[in-house]
Amino acid sequence: MAEVDTGGGGKGKHKKKGGKKVSTKIDMTPMVDLAFLLITFFMLTTTFNKPQTMEVNYPDKTVKDTPQEIAKSRTAVLMPDENDRIFFFFGEKNEDVQETNYSKDGLRAMLIRRRKEVKARLGKDPIWIIKATDKAKYKNLVDIIDEFYITQNTTFAIVKITPEDQALVTKVKTMAAPTAAAQ
Amino acid sequence: MPKVKIARKSISLDMTAMCDMAFLLLTFFMLTTKFKPDEPVSVDMPKSISETKLPDIDVMMITVDKEGKVFFGIDAQPKREEMLNSILGKYKIGLTEAQIKEFSLLTTFGCPVSFLPQYLKMEDGERRSYMDKHPELKGIPFDSTNNELRDWVAYARYANTKLRIAVKADAETPLKAVSQVVDILQDQNINKLNFVTNLREKPKVKLD
Repeated sequence: MAEVDTGGGGKGKHKKKGGKKVSTKIDMTPMVDLAFLLITFFMLTTTFNKPQTMEVNYPDKTVKDTPQEIAKSRTAVLMPDENDRIFFFFGEKNEDVQETNYSKDGLRAMLIRRRKEVKARLGKDPIWIIKATDKAKYKNLVDIIDEFYITQNTTFAIVKITPEDQALVTKVKTMAAPTAAAQ
Repeated sequence: MPKVKIARKSISLDMTAMCDMAFLLLTFFMLTTKFKPDEPVSVDMPKSISETKLPDIDVMMITVDKEGKVFFGIDAQPKREEMLNSILGKYKIGLTEAQIKEFSLLTTFGCPVSFLPQYLKMEDGERRSYMDKHPELKGIPFDSTNNELRDWVAYARYANTKLRIAVKADAETPLKAVSQVVDILQDQNINKLNFVTNLREKPKVKLD
């Protein structure tokens, strides 16, 4: 390795007289070792990527009794449950509750279709309302909002589920269960 | 035949350049590094395509773990001290100077106010294991009878009016717990929230 005196390399090319001249070269190996050790340490501990955030606006609670006069023809209600199932219906509360899931052909395709359809009909973006059922997980909410952003459906609201909607979901589930078992 | 003599070369090489570079990188990493703060809970966040970065300063971080326990933290030590002093005044709890200092070093904490003196007495590593053994002391209470979270949020915003609110919850957290926290925030007229998520690749979508 690197040494203090480099005189020994050649065939006595540099012959020193009296040995008074002290070489200025020092062995840097340990220093480099240490430097790289520290680099490795800092590289591994450093956190470059800051966390990402998803901005969500909730409706203002202080503004009360605003007449909810949003066009029913534009709205749709999504009700995710804890088993990665999403129940939804369009417009007015009706018995026509459909079900979808988080796959590409499920929710995303539905969102794209609906957006196209509403835009063609009214020239405006559709309005989505998320009413998560009681046992839904946080992930479900984030996933749905994420799909909104992917499909550029940016008009949405997160609302507490009403007992009627909860009952609707339970009803649909119990109705669907026997047919699924029969198949 | 004459023997071919292989010239013995010195294997020593000039390490100055390498050394320079090594130290340059070392300096860079030392200056840019920010140690991951010791968090009282580990949270596995859901993924989203959002690429908005969380700002470094003026952030209030409300962490909700899998069981729906809430942890709380704001940045900047002086602000933390200010917030703590208001809380101590309200709940009539005395802490020593050293304990207040200790609190100001915590990025996130989660325990009832009444437990704070003992909580701050513990060592960093000790807290987490203690909390695991005493789940009733884990997290900041936020039910209607004992809503300490509301006070923390209020005093934190009092200490730092520019705070942005970030909610970091585990993917498996019941949405009910998160909704309850959001409710408390909404009661204080905080309607703009940031959900902290992990990045995932944006899928290609044909919209038309």
